[in-house]
Amino acid sequence: MLLALGMAAVWLGTAAGSQGLQFGGSTGVDAVTQQILWDIRLPRSLGAWLGGALLGLAGAVAQGLFRNPLADPYLLGSASGASLGVGLCLSWWGASTWAMGSWLGLGLTGAAFVGAVLAVLLTLLLARGVEQTLRLLLAGVVVGVVLGAVTSLVSLLQPQVLQAMQGFMLGSTAFVSWSACLTLALVLAVCNVPALAFARVLDALTLGESTAQSLGVPLSWARMVLVVVIALATGAAVAHIGLVAFVGLAAPHLVRTLVRCTHAWRVILSALMGGALLVLADVMARVLFAPQELPVGVLTAVLGGGYLLWRMYRDADSRSGDGGRA
Amino acid sequence: MADRRCSMGRTLALVGLLVLVCHRPVLAVTVQDERQQPVHIPHAPQRIVSLLPSLTETVCALKQCDKLVGLDRYSNWPESLKSLPRVGGGLDPHIESIVALRPDLVLAAGSTRGADRLQALGLNVLRLEPRNHADAQRALRTVAQALHVSEADSERVWQNIQAGVQAAAQSLSPAARQQRVYFEVSPAPHGASASSFMGETLARMGVANILPASMGPFPQVNPEWVVQARPDVIMAGDSSRASLLKRPGWDRLKGMQGQRLCVFRPDESDMLVRAGPRMAEGARLMADCLNRSVAETHRPQGSVQPGASR
Repeated sequence: MLLALGMAAVWLGTAAGSQGLQFGGSTGVDAVTQQILWDIRLPRSLGAWLGGALLGLAGAVAQGLFRNPLADPYLLGSASGASLGVGLCLSWWGASTWAMGSWLGLGLTGAAFVGAVLAVLLTLLLARGVEQTLRLLLAGVVVGVVLGAVTSLVSLLQPQVLQAMQGFMLGSTAFVSWSACLTLALVLAVCNVPALAFARVLDALTLGESTAQSLGVPLSWARMVLVVVIALATGAAVAHIGLVAFVGLAAPHLVRTLVRCTHAWRVILSALMGGALLVLADVMARVLFAPQELPVGVLTAVLGGGYLLWRMYRDADSRSGDGGRA
Repeated sequence: MADRRCSMGRTLALVGLLVLVCHRPVLAVTVQDERQQPVHIPHAPQRIVSLLPSLTETVCALKQCDKLVGLDRYSNWPESLKSLPRVGGGLDPHIESIVALRPDLVLAAGSTRGADRLQALGLNVLRLEPRNHADAQRALRTVAQALHVSEADSERVWQNIQAGVQAAAQSLSPAARQQRVYFEVSPAPHGASASSFMGETLARMGVANILPASMGPFPQVNPEWVVQARPDVIMAGDSSRASLLKRPGWDRLKGMQGQRLCVFRPDESDMLVRAGPRMAEGARLMADCLNRSVAETHRPQGSVQPGASR
């Protein structure tokens, strides 16, 4: 039932996305209108959905894995890693025409993905594996801060990349092509399998680490795989749509408030919810100030942040003192 | 008789057709973009979208303004372009709006995702990102080639610009030429070194810059270092106006006194920082500032007020 509802929301989002007109050229069905619909809006809406779904999935997995409702998919340093990748790519691009050629094959998207995955690897290295959750979290935060500082340093030394960097940090779905959609869909499919396979582990983890272990759950294995899932999902999403804030945090929360279920369902529903959220936000970003366009990341940060604050406020009201989960 | 007339008419028509065919100039050109990649332009572009102000100005300097159908939000010169549709900025172009304009040529900066996406959608994208005087010349030549403007015409445009820069340099009084300048581009503060576009303009006027080329084009400088370097004249954009007056130790700097501080209005800054065909106007602004600054020394020192720039 809820699944159907989620799907309906997604389809509504996609449909609205294709009709959020920015100009008056929709009357005749000519080649250009066709191209706008099929080659720009559709991949864009689909890309927004896929990216949101990846972030929602990664968020649900992260919150389950770290047993912390504050966990978000960028927790392991992928966001700052991606920024650094983009910053380095841009500054080299600007510095010499020679380096441009070699980077061209990789491009900004590739640089962001490589940066995100390397940052998570660095976090794993610092935390010496995935055995201790707390250590992993701490390493993730440290890597995030350090890489963020290095990114600032790069943009200070090369001020001409500052603007382009900012464009990336705000997140945008405007440049998503069909091939990007394909990549995102593949990653989503690949990430779904282990996330669902190990959802039972997340269920067991809610009872506490030692209980989970005594239940005979392959904990370290599952942790490793799930961390890789988070890295892959966020890396791919960040590379194609930039740093979109709060979708990964808000989607699992929304699901949790709407329905009580096992982690398998929660992961699926969070992915669907994330997708729907981002598509809706993207549509709003396009039509709010049409023909001007807002970077979708700004909108999700404002809306998602507002929503979370409101929920926290309401929770504190209804159950004063209970800091637990909804 | 009728037969002969008919065949004569046919011959005439044939000759006419031949003349028409031969008269059509060779249309397809291939130009090199910033990355040395060839860009093939099959016919003279009639619908151009420009995503960089300096390239917009270059198109207009070549008297091809009427071919422009869409601009980025920062292109603001010449005035006649005001009514053209805006298609976002260079970094966040509205892909849909650009495609809807059906351009046969898009002029864009080099390293943007938007340019990649537009190219992937089948548009003809020419990437140029003029950052200095040499780039500006190359961009002018390349755009002229792409727009099928004759080399002689584009050369004449360039010569005019150079004559303007030269005239600005010659207008400097000997005292003005002795001044050492600090040019601030943002209140961070980022300065313009000798290797930046503005630095090159200053150098061509024979004026010294306190920031050497070795620091990179736009180094972030320590305010203390500027105090130590003791610039005679400070030039800055409008965004620096408020923060300049508040910096500790700067109030006694020679370059902050009276007319020695030139804060340029945003529209003036555009001429100064855009590596395009208005570089002569930019040079003229700098020369006026320098001449004013030395004229000031003969009068009693004024209070610390940013001098109006005109």
